[in-house]
Amino acid sequence: MLDIKNLNASIEGKKILKNFNLNIKPGEVHAIMGPNGSGKSTLANVLSGRKGYEIEGTVYYEGKNLLEIPIEERAQKGIFLAFQYPIEIPGVNTNNFLKTSLNTIRKFRGLKELDSLDFLKLVKEKSKKLKIEEKILSRQLNVGFSGGEKKKNEILQMSILEPKLVILDETDSGLDIDALRIVSEGVNSLRDKNRSFLIITHYQRLLNYIKPDFVHVLVNGKIVKTGFSDLAQELEKDGYEGVSIAK
Amino acid sequence: MKQQEIEKAKEYKYGFTTDIESIRAPKGLNEDVVRFISNIKKEPEWMLKWRLKAFSRLKNLKEPDWQKPKFPKIDYQDLYYYSAPKSVTDTPKSLDEVDPKLIETYKKLGIPLQEQKKLSGIAVDAVFDSVSVATTFKGELTKKGIIFCPISEAIRNHPDLVKKYLGSVIPITDHYFATLNSAVFTDGSFVYIPEGVRCPMELSTYFRINASETGQFERTLIIADKGSYVSYLEGCTAPMRDENQLHAANVELVALDDAEIKYSTVQNWYPGDKDGKGGIYNFVTKRGACRGKNSKISWTQVETGSAITWKYPSCILQGDNSVGEFYSIAITNNHQKADTGTKMIHLGKNTKSKIISKGISAGFADNTYRGLVKITSKANNARNYTQCDSLLMGNECGAHTIPYIENKNSTANIEHEATTSKISDEQLFYCNQRGLNQEEAVSLIVNGFCKEVLQQLPMEFAVEAQKLVGISLEGSVG
Ligand SMILES: Nc1ncnc2c1ncn2[C@@H]1O[C@H](COP(=O)(O)OP(=O)(O)O)[C@@H](O)[C@H]1O
Ligand SMILES: [Mg+2]
Repeated sequence: MLDIKNLNASIEGKKILKNFNLNIKPGEVHAIMGPNGSGKSTLANVLSGRKGYEIEGTVYYEGKNLLEIPIEERAQKGIFLAFQYPIEIPGVNTNNFLKTSLNTIRKFRGLKELDSLDFLKLVKEKSKKLKIEEKILSRQLNVGFSGGEKKKNEILQMSILEPKLVILDETDSGLDIDALRIVSEGVNSLRDKNRSFLIITHYQRLLNYIKPDFVHVLVNGKIVKTGFSDLAQELEKDGYEGVSIAK
Repeated sequence: MKQQEIEKAKEYKYGFTTDIESIRAPKGLNEDVVRFISNIKKEPEWMLKWRLKAFSRLKNLKEPDWQKPKFPKIDYQDLYYYSAPKSVTDTPKSLDEVDPKLIETYKKLGIPLQEQKKLSGIAVDAVFDSVSVATTFKGELTKKGIIFCPISEAIRNHPDLVKKYLGSVIPITDHYFATLNSAVFTDGSFVYIPEGVRCPMELSTYFRINASETGQFERTLIIADKGSYVSYLEGCTAPMRDENQLHAANVELVALDDAEIKYSTVQNWYPGDKDGKGGIYNFVTKRGACRGKNSKISWTQVETGSAITWKYPSCILQGDNSVGEFYSIAITNNHQKADTGTKMIHLGKNTKSKIISKGISAGFADNTYRGLVKITSKANNARNYTQCDSLLMGNECGAHTIPYIENKNSTANIEHEATTSKISDEQLFYCNQRGLNQEEAVSLIVNGFCKEVLQQLPMEFAVEAQKLVGISLEGSVG
């Protein structure tokens, strides 16, 4: 599904990702862990198409050269990024944003656009699962949302848009234990053999709820270690320093 | 079409011209031209006198120059002041007699004139250059005693009403462009809603400039008698021409006791090309008098076109408890300039006004909100709420907010809020990541920004206006 080879990314002359390699198959859940500033968000940005990076190397998504595809088309083709810091857009109604997004993507997939009634039914069902107060969905997008509400809103969008490759960028940070559990359930309920996840996190605790198939340790723009889900516990014990030195 | 023209046509889809034979007044501005216009309209003597008074007054007036957008000197002697399709005589025709070419033109503009194909429930008056070509739904309105007709017709058929109200809100001596209009106005709409009548449909006038080197000077007069209600909408387009064309309309509204007038404008005159060549100078005087108790006048404007827009739809709140509202969206892109806002003049007791202005500026454009809230000494317990928001796209454009407040009464309550924001790259990226392309993203954000004003438009037009908002800003972000 996703094949990253020798990826180098720099911004403003600063090298952030260095010879980064990663291969994700359909249905797999990969976790990327790493200290602050190691390049996790940069990876998420490069994959979703954010401008401003100088990029070398190759990224193939479903057999196509991802780096040549415009941002919105990547989204339409099923790449979804749950933002580490969701953006506020004053004036834009959250539900309306979500509906516009969903219908654009449905149109791309050759599906019929949902009318307001069907859409609201869908939102109601999904937001209930995530214990999101419906009230906030009629407010301006992310404006005045608490940290937890913003993150849940990202997960709501994910579950409505039904992407093929989900990138979660530190979705767990800022969530209390209850919210963490609910969000994890949301993610787990979407797991299936055709959908892949790239879960970026700083802490091991999210991985208690979402069991990854692989864990990669990112330090200084490079994967320094790859293992199975027990690697996460090891990291928690020894810290990133221990892992990178051990290698 | 040449490639360049095709490119241009994509930017402004109303930019075509209609090849139609027309009758024109001799070029230039002089007493003979004023007489020519009055004569061709078969006006009574009193009307001619009125025009001539305005014309003689004009000689002593100078164009105002306090506005922000400066424009090259207009040579008033180098303009035509009257142009009409040959096929339209001054007597109003039934629709079947209207030149098919004109009907075709309006069809291209999305304005069906044949009643059987009409927009549901909207009566349309169409003004082509200097004359009104067709008014739909007359019969149905007449049954209720509503008069909706070209003003030239009202001058002949309803002289008492016209004499009583024309120039009663905008005096013929008001200022240069208002006086010029009073001397040479050619056509426009006249509306009278009788006492206690609620107009059963939207009334709409569609203005089209076609002829070159021609100024358009329409005159609109709307009178809502006691306890009546009317919602009126005007739309405008013009062909693409390299020269600047002058449009100087006067609009007067009068609301008597307990009456309400809702006046909406979707202004989409040709804005000029990307480099600022051509486009309409939209210098318009719009003023409403809330003359009666508990009366209300509400202006809503969506200004997306014109090279320069310069207008201040205003309310004179004479009647006690009267209400004035101004909802505005002004979008300027490329080299467009807008200096627009409102005046709320509180004369009566317990008068209320509300101003919501949304200015959006992109490219090299310049957008100014300029407004006056004036509370006179007798206007006890007057209230005003003003909110001016500016949205900038890119670094080359400008936005300015100039709110004047003159308060002579200590019981007044005046609130003012203003914000300036920018569409950020992060916002666009977020939208793109959810599948929207750049233009859809901009349109969504801008429509969100303008929502409060768009909601004021009659339903049938809100959707169109939303699209227009998106289109006007196309190509404004990298
Ligand atoms: N726009 C930018 N300009 C300069 N440096 C940046 C920019 N964005 C990120 N960086 C730097 O790149 C490194 C990696 O950042 P990031 O990918 O956000 O790390 P992480 O998400 O792992 O915390 C950090 O040192 C950060 O300061
Ligand atoms: Mg990060």
